[in-house]
Amino acid sequence: MRARRIRAIALRLGGALFVLWAVATLTFFAIHLVPGDPAQAILGGPGSQAPQETLDRVRAEYGLDQPLVVQYAAMLGRLLTGDLGTSYSLKAPVAELIGGQLLGTLSLALAALVLAWVLAIGLALWSSAPGRLARAVAGAVELTAAALPHFWLATVLIAVFATGLGWLPPVANGSPSGLVLPVVTLAVPLAGFLAQLMREHLLDALERPFTVSALARGETATGIRLRHALRHAALPAVQLSGWAIGYLISGAVVVETIFARPGLGRTLLRATELRDVPLVTGVVLVVALVYVLMTVLTDLVSAVADPRVRTAAA
Amino acid sequence: MSEVEPSGAGPSGSTDAAALSVRGLRVAFGGTEVVRGIDLDLAPGRIVAVVGESGSGKSVTARALLGLAGRGALVEAERFELDGEDVSDAGERRWRRLRGAKVGLVLQDALASLDPLRPIGREIGDALRLHLGLRPAAARRRVLELLERLELPHPTLTIDRRSGELSGGMRQRALIAAAVVLDPPVLVADEPTTALDVGVQATVLQLLREAADRGTAVLLISHDLAVVSGIADEVLVLADGAVVERGPTATVLGAPRHPATRALLAAVPTEVPRGAPLLAEARLGDPSAGHAPTTGPRGGATASAVDSAPILEASGLRRVYRSRGAELAAVDDVSLALHPGRTLGLVGESGSGKTTLARLLLALERPDAGVVRLDGGPWSESTEAARRPARRRIGAIWQDPYGSFDPRWGVARLLRDALTVGGQTSDRLAVQKLLELVRLPSAIAASHPLELSGGQRQRVAIARALAARPEILIADEPVSALDVTVQAAILDLLDELQREQGLALLFISHDLGVVRHMSDELAVMRHGRVLEQGPAEQVFASPQHAYTTALIRDSPRLAVGGDARATASTR
Repeated sequence: MRARRIRAIALRLGGALFVLWAVATLTFFAIHLVPGDPAQAILGGPGSQAPQETLDRVRAEYGLDQPLVVQYAAMLGRLLTGDLGTSYSLKAPVAELIGGQLLGTLSLALAALVLAWVLAIGLALWSSAPGRLARAVAGAVELTAAALPHFWLATVLIAVFATGLGWLPPVANGSPSGLVLPVVTLAVPLAGFLAQLMREHLLDALERPFTVSALARGETATGIRLRHALRHAALPAVQLSGWAIGYLISGAVVVETIFARPGLGRTLLRATELRDVPLVTGVVLVVALVYVLMTVLTDLVSAVADPRVRTAAA
Repeated sequence: MSEVEPSGAGPSGSTDAAALSVRGLRVAFGGTEVVRGIDLDLAPGRIVAVVGESGSGKSVTARALLGLAGRGALVEAERFELDGEDVSDAGERRWRRLRGAKVGLVLQDALASLDPLRPIGREIGDALRLHLGLRPAAARRRVLELLERLELPHPTLTIDRRSGELSGGMRQRALIAAAVVLDPPVLVADEPTTALDVGVQATVLQLLREAADRGTAVLLISHDLAVVSGIADEVLVLADGAVVERGPTATVLGAPRHPATRALLAAVPTEVPRGAPLLAEARLGDPSAGHAPTTGPRGGATASAVDSAPILEASGLRRVYRSRGAELAAVDDVSLALHPGRTLGLVGESGSGKTTLARLLLALERPDAGVVRLDGGPWSESTEAARRPARRRIGAIWQDPYGSFDPRWGVARLLRDALTVGGQTSDRLAVQKLLELVRLPSAIAASHPLELSGGQRQRVAIARALAARPEILIADEPVSALDVTVQAAILDLLDELQREQGLALLFISHDLGVVRHMSDELAVMRHGRVLEQGPAEQVFASPQHAYTTALIRDSPRLAVGGDARATASTR
């Protein structure tokens, strides 16, 4: 029993390491497909008029004159020692740069996740009540919400609530009110997804015999939803939350740029434009790590909530 | 023979002491009346059974007694008194106060009827919280007391388990506990034993009997007359939403007067010998249709079958599953043989390894030890590529045909696909012929399995299994999900098809009565092992193993002519 558990954990860890390795490898080769010269990037971007000998010196210094495979091996070696390298464009350790930005993006993503859950639960509960109209309206709302692109939603929200009504600042200025629009932008499409999923499972649970059993004990319609059906509906949504974090962070690239909010997303965008290989790799790795951790966490939550998951995993 | 005098068709006895008294109960959905004027009296300490085919309105009646007939249901009654209280115009709020306190409901299979995500203690304690406003700690104490009274082992551990973590018998007790925790004067049990293992069935019936003995008025809804005959004091036969016959159990079942009652009785397979059709119209049908006499060997194939070589033969089969570090031999040293034209019945409780054995025989799984040989040649030890051409020789039917159908396909497509895979021509005519074979109208070809009834769906599954003209048919619980008359029709069909096509049939079921009716040979399985194997009648007449004896004892038998109560108390 103990040995099995250790083996299961080892498998899990191995899987996580594999994902991180695969992400680092893909990122490394993908960024080398982008046209441009990293040496130029180090010397101040494509606009710089660096002389040829300076470029050669920089190439030798950073090992950019080596074959790609050698560079790749060197990067893996550095990553294994926990060294994310030095940013080409910002000339600072990548770990430090990310450390400064991580909290901002994570708080944005988590706030959006919480809001999405609240919206989704509310919408799913409301639309699972008897009556076709509520269901049809909710279905339309969810589908629309899920299909909204972040950049469009952000632009509309700024136009209405910042420029038009003047209630909220159009840029993230560090105050709590500055967080509202970015969070809403990220949360609404996700809430659409989650609500659709939850409603489907909620309605399914309400059709099950245990619902009749509960009614026969004198349970109220609300009690049925909160005590029984919601739990069944929440499980698949919890399992989706690992994916949701990935979705939110990729959304953060757009949202942070539009709202001029410092964070990993904006850093990633800039680093990619500048071909800053170490910074791009570092950001992508950290995001992948968060994703892996979140997946493990959702699996644990599911196993606690549903013994059937535990048995299936064993 | 019954000695009880037939009573009148009206409800008997005074209604003063009735726990529940209903006159002229009508339930309609969108203008269609499904319950049409039922009178019902339930007295403390008595068990009244309502029997009927599916669609006869018995389940709707049961639910209406709790105000749970469903959305859009129009429920009317001339009189509707529950525990002395007029509830004929009770609204949802008032019903909520009554449900669980004055009337409890037990559904079938606790696996589905208890919330799989909540500990049973919480499920059972619900009524205490809702009606008495008990705090969790106080409710827990009451639930523990109840679990002890119902003799659940280790109540302090069990109370925190979820239904899926308990054994079949334990979770069924929990389901009943959730309905009786407040000792309601009326208990409605809707098919409480359907699809359960016989041992668990016996437990459920015993608990219902005990509830009645404590003074509860019990209403038992069932399609299984064998169950009813053992426990009910009075029987109401429902057909088309109306009571067509009622009276003391022994009278109704011993001397049935209405055709609906007779059809239900005839469909009970336990009492019908091997080879005789179950359905009345078939039994009265043209004798030249090929029905053999009910005694003696059935047809020429049977006589020679014992000496003929087995078409599928398994020896020393073993299959081990590893779970949480423990090894479980789902199938352990099993040897058996299927002969053309003969049926081997395989009986055992759920979890005894029946389905794993079926999968091994189909070579869907590889045995850890032992071999399966097809027609003397290699089967389990062959490669899949070598097996594929011979796969069409073995067909299979499962309990839930719907789950084994591609949900996007209509019936015609399902059958055409099966014909193609089986190397047969797959034109419209071939599909028609298949449907004819299983006695389905050709119009069915255009429909989707979702639109079919359970019996029709199982017929389509059989048609699909027969499309490739197999010589062997493996039927795993093929009638467990079906109503008794539908079940009878399917059993008759399998029997006829076997005779027409000389099929070697492996018939797997937990229902001893069904297996007895179907089988030439019988194998009793438990914990992965075959405990006993031999000619069916011999196994029944003189079981060699204590477990077989217990199975036979627990399995409900039609007790007509005798005193029903006396039969129940011998358990």
